Amino acid sequence: MNKSLLLIILAIAPIRAFAQPDPNPALVQQGKYLAQAGDCTACHTTIGGQPFAGGLAIASPIGAIYSSNITPDQTTGIGSWSYDDFARLMRRGITKQGYTVYPAMPFPSYSRITDADMHALYAYFMLGVAPVNLANKKPDITWPLSIRWPMHVWRWFFAPGAHPFQAAAGQDAQRARGEYLVEGLGHCGACHTPRDITLQEESLTGANPSFLSGGGAIDGWIPVDLRSDDTTGLGRWSEQDIVTFLKTGSNDKTAAFGGMGPVTHDSTQYLSDADLAAIAAYLKSLPGADGAHFVYDNSETTALNSGDESKQGAAVYLATCDVCHNANGEGYRQAFPALAGNPVVLADDPTSVINIILAGARRPITQTSPSALVMPTLAWKLNDQQVADVATFIRTSWGNNAPPVTPDQVASLRKTAKPVPDHELSP
Amino acid sequence: MNITEKHVDAVIVGSGWTGMIMAKELTEAGLKVVILERGPARDTYPDGAYPKTMDELAFIQRSRLFQDMSKDTVTIRHGVDDVAVPYRQIGAFKPGTGLGGAGLHWSGQHWRVFPEELQLRSHYEQKYGKSFIPPDMTIADWGVSYDELEPHFTFAEQVFGTAGHAYRVNNQIVGNGDGNIFEANRSAPYPMPAQKNPYSAEIFWKACAENGLHPFSQPSANTSGPYTNPYGCQMGPCTFCGFCSGYACFNYSKASPNVNILPALRLSPNFELRTDANVQKINLDSTGKRATGVTYVDSQGNTHIQPGDLVIAGTFAYNNAHLLLVSGIGQPYDPKTGQGVVGKNLVYQTMATIQAFFEPGKFTNPFIGAGGNSVTVDDYNGDNFDHGPAGFVGGAPVWCNQAGTKPISGIPVPEGSPKWGSGWKKAVTDSYVNTVSFDIHGTNMAYRQCYLSLDPTYTDSHGQPLLRFTFDWQNNDIKMSRWIAGKMIPVAQSMNPKSIKVLAKNFGDHFDTRPYQTTHLAGGTMMGTDPKQSVVNRYLQSWDVSNLFVVGSGVFPQGLGYNPTGTVVALAYWSAKAIRNQYLKNPGALVSA
Repeated sequence: MNKSLLLIILAIAPIRAFAQPDPNPALVQQGKYLAQAGDCTACHTTIGGQPFAGGLAIASPIGAIYSSNITPDQTTGIGSWSYDDFARLMRRGITKQGYTVYPAMPFPSYSRITDADMHALYAYFMLGVAPVNLANKKPDITWPLSIRWPMHVWRWFFAPGAHPFQAAAGQDAQRARGEYLVEGLGHCGACHTPRDITLQEESLTGANPSFLSGGGAIDGWIPVDLRSDDTTGLGRWSEQDIVTFLKTGSNDKTAAFGGMGPVTHDSTQYLSDADLAAIAAYLKSLPGADGAHFVYDNSETTALNSGDESKQGAAVYLATCDVCHNANGEGYRQAFPALAGNPVVLADDPTSVINIILAGARRPITQTSPSALVMPTLAWKLNDQQVADVATFIRTSWGNNAPPVTPDQVASLRKTAKPVPDHELSP
Repeated sequence: MNITEKHVDAVIVGSGWTGMIMAKELTEAGLKVVILERGPARDTYPDGAYPKTMDELAFIQRSRLFQDMSKDTVTIRHGVDDVAVPYRQIGAFKPGTGLGGAGLHWSGQHWRVFPEELQLRSHYEQKYGKSFIPPDMTIADWGVSYDELEPHFTFAEQVFGTAGHAYRVNNQIVGNGDGNIFEANRSAPYPMPAQKNPYSAEIFWKACAENGLHPFSQPSANTSGPYTNPYGCQMGPCTFCGFCSGYACFNYSKASPNVNILPALRLSPNFELRTDANVQKINLDSTGKRATGVTYVDSQGNTHIQPGDLVIAGTFAYNNAHLLLVSGIGQPYDPKTGQGVVGKNLVYQTMATIQAFFEPGKFTNPFIGAGGNSVTVDDYNGDNFDHGPAGFVGGAPVWCNQAGTKPISGIPVPEGSPKWGSGWKKAVTDSYVNTVSFDIHGTNMAYRQCYLSLDPTYTDSHGQPLLRFTFDWQNNDIKMSRWIAGKMIPVAQSMNPKSIKVLAKNFGDHFDTRPYQTTHLAGGTMMGTDPKQSVVNRYLQSWDVSNLFVVGSGVFPQGLGYNPTGTVVALAYWSAKAIRNQYLKNPGALVSA
């Protein structure tokens, strides 16, 4: 290189460095890992679309909104954003242009991201992602609901402002790391914590018993309780069960379905063993509140194995479910989920159970578990009464004790249940 | 429209077991690989979705997963002076098409091979004398030994999740000695315990033991519990639903390329799969000694040129011979002179069945079953008995393989039952749950007059000449089948049935294409040690075009008593190892001609 040109660059470099990301490849790589931990791709990449170019429709009660282009394109992406612009959006939901984004963007969780991690994320999005020129789509929200200023008010009331995570004094380092990942980048609470009528999560930290106690239905699936409730939560899961589930998309007890499939496929499978163990340690530290205790009861197994179909729903179970889930309700480890004692089955709200019978489900594909095993759709085979009968049977057999399901509940979900698609390759 | 595709390292024709194994092995070696599959995409879901897959009318009678014979088939004649006519309706054998090929709708019987069968000609010549082999019998040695294939048999069993009971592992008898005493030494036990035996198989076991035979539980690729294979692919346990052969398994229990290999293969960025890509020919350079790739036609009728450094022919059984013949690779076989090799030694399987009928109340429940599951005796298979006094070449495993008796395909009824009307109905009612049936799954040797060639008259929907079978039963094989049937009648008698029916060929019987027999066709691209006597060398590499490998049962010099898939896949792994360890380092002939 021409010596004088080099001098000029060297002279400019310190000034440019103020606005430019750190080109350290290790930092960019770290940013990529954090972007996976934050599952940015879930909303910002469409199926078959360019990575992070946005455009994914996200349903909201007032109309569809579209994720934005977060590639470093200068005109349509965030290429002109400084680190401070980036950090302000991530932590407070305020764009470079000055408006507040809809809280589909989990900035209340991302407010916990540390400065070091924020710099790594910025380096990745500026240097590790290819710029894509694709204009953002306007939300399908009609006036007056499309007015943006109430979002400022919402943010002012409900979002916590920037408060990067700091472990409490004397806190166990592994649990602290798990807390940071779950409450911060992982934004697990966005789905798994109940939301108030004004749509904010009831709580953003584990100190509050509503945090991760199970969320409202999303596309027909109920995000489960992740606290240590014995029946409806992770009370009977070991830390290793949690690690295996997040790494592979399934474990000896169950398999990911609904919205959790893409989460394991796009995000958690890439987390290091240490981070997964930290997440597991943190989740297991959250006490449950159900006070109940699941005890397996084999009387239904004995009845089914002796051909006794007298219990309502037993005949449907034998003809339809038994082949994979077994007469003992325990399924087959790794291949077919257990129904006995499964928190999804035991949840008060039967939405997921009904929806999976109607729609079926496909297991996520991960690097360590490539088989996308499918539960077929049964909507064509079973009428509302049969689905209600078999769902009730499942929820009240082998020691399960959850409220019965009515045909009306099935009829309502049948309108929106989307059968698992043919020949789809990834979740 | 003509389209030239991007160059790849390896072009694989066919997505059945052999194509999928080769793709897995070659992508692992870092090669960019494309599989061209003539049929549609298929998978457990939706093609095997429960309970819709359990539909005999749709899957068997209406050929849901089989080749569409109105577009492409073979012609068949019995003798060299006959005129061949097309096989228009699926009967005797069931060629597959689509993703997974026949590997999606096989039954799951997963056998190895007896060491002496790989040296069949020299073994018989040495033990029984040269004149023991009939003059028109063109059997040959394979050019590969059991010991060379053993690690690949073992690995394939692990990939398939094969359930079985080993007899001898590393020269130690294992378990309680309940395995197959005739089995060759193994380097590892089966990855899964043997499946349970249905009642009819238990009856057969007891009767065989009473007659001094050595029954054992057959190795089955219908796995016996939840299983994760070395590729990370998962299987569920077999439920004995009885819908295996002809169907896609709903429960991920039957090993298939779709369930056991493709999920892992799809993770490789080096892999591409194109369905509805019907390969017409292998293209050669001007010397005719090197393949430049293949030409295929897509579902829109567009013609594609796919260039590649390496071509793998992995089509179904006899179709590799067709591909070589239409591509002008190797010398076509001429039965009159005995010269030439491509198409030589077309072989099949010689079947006989014995049915024992009991009084109502026996309840053998034939509606349950599993395609790969049986109790078998190998006392009359391989060279496990003295062929000298018997006077024939070959043998048969005999098994009670309760695979699920379906209503349309036919329910066994005793000899002399009316063929229709209320008398037939009564016979069906009395027999259906009161029958034990077992098969003599015999070898078919290779003969000078049984071969493959291009049909001079009939063409497929793309205008290519159809492949022509010249094939008929020969006395040696009928003698073998009848001799073993005679040995097995006392086994049926010791079950104390009310009557016995023996279904065996008579001398002079011709090949009948209508009733289903087996889909175990082999030969046509035989392997061997002499380029004048074989199409491919011991590594399955073409003698004529060194960057072409031909994989599948077509390389068998003659038939086996066992089902071919186990040996087919072990040979595919053996060939892949030679490509990875030898050919890629130094492309060219691996055996000098």
